[in-house]
Amino acid sequence: MQAVDAKALPALQTVELSSFHKRLRIWGEKIIEALILICGLSAIILVLGIFIFVFKEAWPFLLSRFSWREFLTSPEWYPDSATKVRYGALALFAGTASITIGSMVVALPVGLGTAIYISEFCSPRFKEIAKIVIEILAAIPSVVWGFVAIMILNPLIIKLFDVPIGLNILNASVILALMAIPVIVSIGEDALRAVPDAYREAAEALGATRLETTFRVVVPAAKNGLFAALLLGMGRAIGETMAVLMATGHSIHMPTSVFDSVRTLTATIAAELGEAPKGGEHYQALFTIGLFLFAISFIVNLTADFMVRGFRRKI
Amino acid sequence: MFGLTTHLQNKRRKERRVSFLLGCLTLCLVLPIAFIVGVLLFKGLPAICWEFLAADPIRGMTAGGIFPAIIGTIYLVLLSLLFCVPIGVIAAVYLSEYAADNWFTRAINLAIVNLAGVPSIVHALFGLGAFVLFLKFGTSLLAASATLAVMNLPVVITATRESLEAVPRQFREACWNLGATRWQAIRYVVLPNSLPGILTGVIFAVSRAAGETAPILFTGAVFYKAELPQSILDQCMALSMHLFTLSTQVVGVPEAFPYGTALVLVGIVFAVNTLSIALRFYFRTHRKW
Amino acid sequence: MENQTKKIEISDLTARYATQVVLKNITMDIYKKEIFAIIGPASAGKSTLLKCINRMSDFIRNISVSGSIKLDGQDTRSEDGSSLRRRVGMVSPLPVGLPMTVWDNVAFAPRMAGVRDKRKLNEIVEDCLRNAALWDEVKDRLGTLATRLSGGQQQRLTIARSLSLRPEVLCLDEFSIAIDPVTTMRIEEVLERLKVNMTIILVTNIVQQARRLAERTAMMLDGQLIEVGYTSELFYGGAKDPRTKEYIEGRFG
Repeated sequence: MQAVDAKALPALQTVELSSFHKRLRIWGEKIIEALILICGLSAIILVLGIFIFVFKEAWPFLLSRFSWREFLTSPEWYPDSATKVRYGALALFAGTASITIGSMVVALPVGLGTAIYISEFCSPRFKEIAKIVIEILAAIPSVVWGFVAIMILNPLIIKLFDVPIGLNILNASVILALMAIPVIVSIGEDALRAVPDAYREAAEALGATRLETTFRVVVPAAKNGLFAALLLGMGRAIGETMAVLMATGHSIHMPTSVFDSVRTLTATIAAELGEAPKGGEHYQALFTIGLFLFAISFIVNLTADFMVRGFRRKI
Repeated sequence: MFGLTTHLQNKRRKERRVSFLLGCLTLCLVLPIAFIVGVLLFKGLPAICWEFLAADPIRGMTAGGIFPAIIGTIYLVLLSLLFCVPIGVIAAVYLSEYAADNWFTRAINLAIVNLAGVPSIVHALFGLGAFVLFLKFGTSLLAASATLAVMNLPVVITATRESLEAVPRQFREACWNLGATRWQAIRYVVLPNSLPGILTGVIFAVSRAAGETAPILFTGAVFYKAELPQSILDQCMALSMHLFTLSTQVVGVPEAFPYGTALVLVGIVFAVNTLSIALRFYFRTHRKW
Repeated sequence: MENQTKKIEISDLTARYATQVVLKNITMDIYKKEIFAIIGPASAGKSTLLKCINRMSDFIRNISVSGSIKLDGQDTRSEDGSSLRRRVGMVSPLPVGLPMTVWDNVAFAPRMAGVRDKRKLNEIVEDCLRNAALWDEVKDRLGTLATRLSGGQQQRLTIARSLSLRPEVLCLDEFSIAIDPVTTMRIEEVLERLKVNMTIILVTNIVQQARRLAERTAMMLDGQLIEVGYTSELFYGGAKDPRTKEYIEGRFG
């Protein structure tokens, strides 16, 4: 054994700072903490700010011209008609709803299937690659998706289904599905991963195959999280602007088939805000649509968050 | 005994079939990417030349290049980072290091989740109302990048927070035990060790900011502007906006132009993402603990 | 050993996590320049007691502490927490090398306290590493990451680090839990020498360690102080409480 060093520690000489420096340090720390708190609040401030500023611009319209009945039940959106201005947003709601549902029909099976596959079945190596692919898919800008809708999908749909216009619900649904899938996969996978391995081991110890374990034990245990994934995917579809602006074909009417062109709430704002005179009624009406979008996204996100949290707490 | 074996075999076969099916679904995701990138390369590559990248658009954007759009996008991205990275990182520090487990912190978390979910066009409305009109920035580089920053704030906060929380608590305790203050522990131990994660988040924010169109639509980007922005109160062009314009608003553009623009945009976004992924792998194999 | 001056006076200390009481009315004194051992079975509140002494309890959520602890006759609450911890060092049960070089690890605390002079820092680093019996093993690789050292080396590094501010009190919380017997012996020798200059509080679940090192020993059980006494008496038949006797003789815990 090595001999312990003979040199003893010198007598106590605590590194002492002057009381001024000490106070400076303590104050410095307090200032930094205050700054950090302010930044910590930024998210709350911004969410409130978004609501307040959008509400502020929409307020005059809500006071004077707005009627729930017209806004929610009339499909006639003629904000700059010379004879009779009408603000019925039903067709816009229908447009948003139709492509949201359409995209979910595609994205839900693919997204959840992929989430289940990469969480339960595939090898770690493949999982790594799949996650990168999903990340790349999520990274493609929405304007590029819109471009793809116009330049690639549009002629394809015209040729395949022999319809006059390829910019329609089908087109937008496919594009939106591709945009929503990464969201569904990553949140769905999180939810599945949060199911403790003990569940899987217990099921397998009872003789269940991997398949039975997955669909009878893991998926039911993760169902709240998977539902949240669906909700957030939907949120993405509802809120998407550029891609749907370019892919839906820009026509305001109640859709009757998947080959109909429509217009969504988001696309209407994007398309008309540039022309609407600032502070005018039309301008305020567009902010009112924005207010509705904000409310929808708020509800969707709160619900999804609640589902995820509720789910985590239970396990 | 025999019956049991076939039963098991059937189960196995079914399992393999389902697994194969799900695998195919997953592979389905590679196809659109490969297809899109393929088409973009095939049709866009012929357009890419020095002139396309370095010249101004001329003759109503039907000829020339996309230089001002590239520069505009770079300005927008850098300026928005300047806003959202410091605030986002510090907000994450608050949430991971200071916040108590109470209703207030839950409210902040909810706000972040909501901020991340607000539709991009609503962000545009907010930018228009708050930055362009209320703060009187006008439609400008400043207003547009501030709007982008608001949009990317949740991204930066979430990524930073995750990497701060990945630093083990013992390190903080060791620092406190040595008489370091909370902030000193954060500044000298926690932050340096979570830098890789923060960097990845920031890079991700870059790629998002570069591709976004809706938030800058009414806040600072314009269809066409020959000269580069001289100050942050000038308007500017942006790649994403330019692509939107070329593919919907302008007639008589040679087909290669929008393809070339899309290729450049996607190229930038992919390059930035690849960098982020590569960094993540590098740091994962070079961890300090 | 008689008429020693008091270094730490703990009176009526009670600590609760949420509703669960972990320390119940602890009252005891710790003298200057002694090794004071605290023994007792797991979850007796020993670690919590140490955390209250250097106010690491400030960082624990849901804890409430009442009663008082005085250091040199002054309430520890009268001082800023980090300044207090500069005077009261702490070694945790598991070795934690900070993810920086060996040199930076030891120089960390002085730097945070405001020492800038590189030569002085060098001096402190060498001194502390020598005192923790680690110098000879690491003197040629002060630039390597501390997290790459072995567990035993990291534990001695932790001790060296806690010496770097020349604390008046050094608390060790089951320091030998993660290291081999040889290293333990070596650190014990280090402690024997260090007590010339400082008060050492040793929380241990190895009864023999207390017997070997401590002048006085306290026995704790379920958050309560059972008894305090000179090790020489306590361990050789002088324990007044039967529970102390049983614990020392290894019949429970």
